[in-house]
Amino acid sequence: MPVEIDIARVANLARIALTDEELAEYAAQLENILEHAERVQALPTEGVEPTSHPLPVVNAFRPDEVTGSLDRDDALAGAPEVENGYFRVPRILDES
Amino acid sequence: MTDLADLTIAQATAGLHAGEFTAIDLLDAVERRAAVTEAELHAYLTLDREGARSAAHAADEAIKSGDPRPLLGIPIAVKDNMVTRGVETTAGSQILAGWKPPYSGTAVLRLEESGAVMVGKTNLDEFAMGSSTENSAYGPTRNPWNTDTVPGGSSGGSAAVVAVGSALGAFGSDTGGSIRQPASLTGTVGAKPTYGLVSRYGLIAFASSLDQIGPIARTVPDAATLLEAVVGWDPLDATSYHGDVPAISRSLNAGVAGIRVGVVAELIGEGIDPEVLAATKAAVDRLADAGAEIVELSLPAIEYALSAYYLIAPAECSANLARFDGVRYGLRVDGSTTEEMMARTRAEGFGPEVTRRILLGTYALSAGYYDAFYGQAQRVRTLLRRDFAEAYEQVDVLVSPTSPTTAFEIGSKTTDPLTMYLADICTIATNLAGDPGISVPISLDKEGLPIGFQVMAPALGEEVMFRVAAEVERLAEFTARPKLATSKVVAP
Repeated sequence: MPVEIDIARVANLARIALTDEELAEYAAQLENILEHAERVQALPTEGVEPTSHPLPVVNAFRPDEVTGSLDRDDALAGAPEVENGYFRVPRILDES
Repeated sequence: MTDLADLTIAQATAGLHAGEFTAIDLLDAVERRAAVTEAELHAYLTLDREGARSAAHAADEAIKSGDPRPLLGIPIAVKDNMVTRGVETTAGSQILAGWKPPYSGTAVLRLEESGAVMVGKTNLDEFAMGSSTENSAYGPTRNPWNTDTVPGGSSGGSAAVVAVGSALGAFGSDTGGSIRQPASLTGTVGAKPTYGLVSRYGLIAFASSLDQIGPIARTVPDAATLLEAVVGWDPLDATSYHGDVPAISRSLNAGVAGIRVGVVAELIGEGIDPEVLAATKAAVDRLADAGAEIVELSLPAIEYALSAYYLIAPAECSANLARFDGVRYGLRVDGSTTEEMMARTRAEGFGPEVTRRILLGTYALSAGYYDAFYGQAQRVRTLLRRDFAEAYEQVDVLVSPTSPTTAFEIGSKTTDPLTMYLADICTIATNLAGDPGISVPISLDKEGLPIGFQVMAPALGEEVMFRVAAEVERLAEFTARPKLATSKVVAP
């Protein structure tokens, strides 16, 4: 079964601005890779539990105590744009 | 006189404590080696000269006062996806160009606490995605055995610096083979520990359920020493293992008499280069002569490992790399809205392989596909773990080639992503199972390129894995050195 991908939708979900040529190229490559994944899909796995962690690790709790954290100036030091101790970004909401 | 850059960690430690040379002498030696090889290799992205010098001075003071820490004064390199406070960390990506982290990861801090001298940050495939180090945004690293070939990847820079002597040891990360495969291609020893044994805090995440930090060294005992310095529970990594740490170096000299060694049938057939196959069989025969019991075993689910990996790893990477959005660190490309700024930043900041995997993962996780792709791949992972569990009821360790081929030419596998993915067929299964694996150099092929041998063990089975690996190393008597390390050395 050939795979068909709505690549423009996927690129939008991933927030990557690609040109039409790039989209076409990635679509072909992804379809090719996913055809190999069909082998995996054909395996009977009814009743098989998924593995997400190889060791029997359960919830990791810590005491509810206040500890130090990253200094604000340090946290902001790598940001492309900063204003009054905040990360600055372009407009999010339309003016209306 | 031996150039200090050619010493093993064990030899260097002995010399330091005997007062034969200082940590500054050692640092000078590896920096000199870097100075004569880097133009051809491009294995380092950043050299932290100032930080290294001050750490070496501190080590020399500590040695004088009898401080016994095993890595004291030893020059070590760190893969550039491990964050280092104040030292540029790029993960091989344009999107993090110039970023100086405000903190260090746990493994890096533990290295500092062990007195090691961090020489610099090594090149890698962007965000550790690749098997050749050609995907670095800063240009490829070359293999010191033949500079027309790749050093493997993604920890190709770490493997190359150890092979050539511009560090005595290094750390990498291994998600599908990224420590073991470059170790194999560069004639070095590389180990991926059990998932959870080394904290991932401060390792820039690629695929969180698979990523694991591990050592690259010239010898098996050196690799054990490096690993012992960084293992152990860390409250900052919720997936790190809280129980007793295996006695990694306890049985290095115990030999293999009575050890049951399983040869993985699926990894000694089709797709493996005949010379690699012959060398693997010779190494197995030597183990048999040394008293190991050899069994050939089948792990049928291994045939599905690569396909499952290329659903799981991209899915997890698409989620992990969402954090690179031009807001808190790294590159920003302007846009009229925040969303446009993010999409442009990511388009410009990520290279093709990273973009491809983010798109693949985004698709696999999108509405209606999650269970068919990611869920199914995680169930295949369970089948694979069952195969391993069954195998480890019959044997103590499993063995195979590390890489299906020796080092390949730069550019020879970059056109079709799938051909590059095949470079990891022997290593990926242990990542999916969460088990440890180690690569040990055993011989050279006709072209003079190194061949690696993989030893795998059940989760937390590092003691028996290093025990067998040490014997493989002794029996192989692999003493060859890359051309670049010998031809370029000028007596001091």
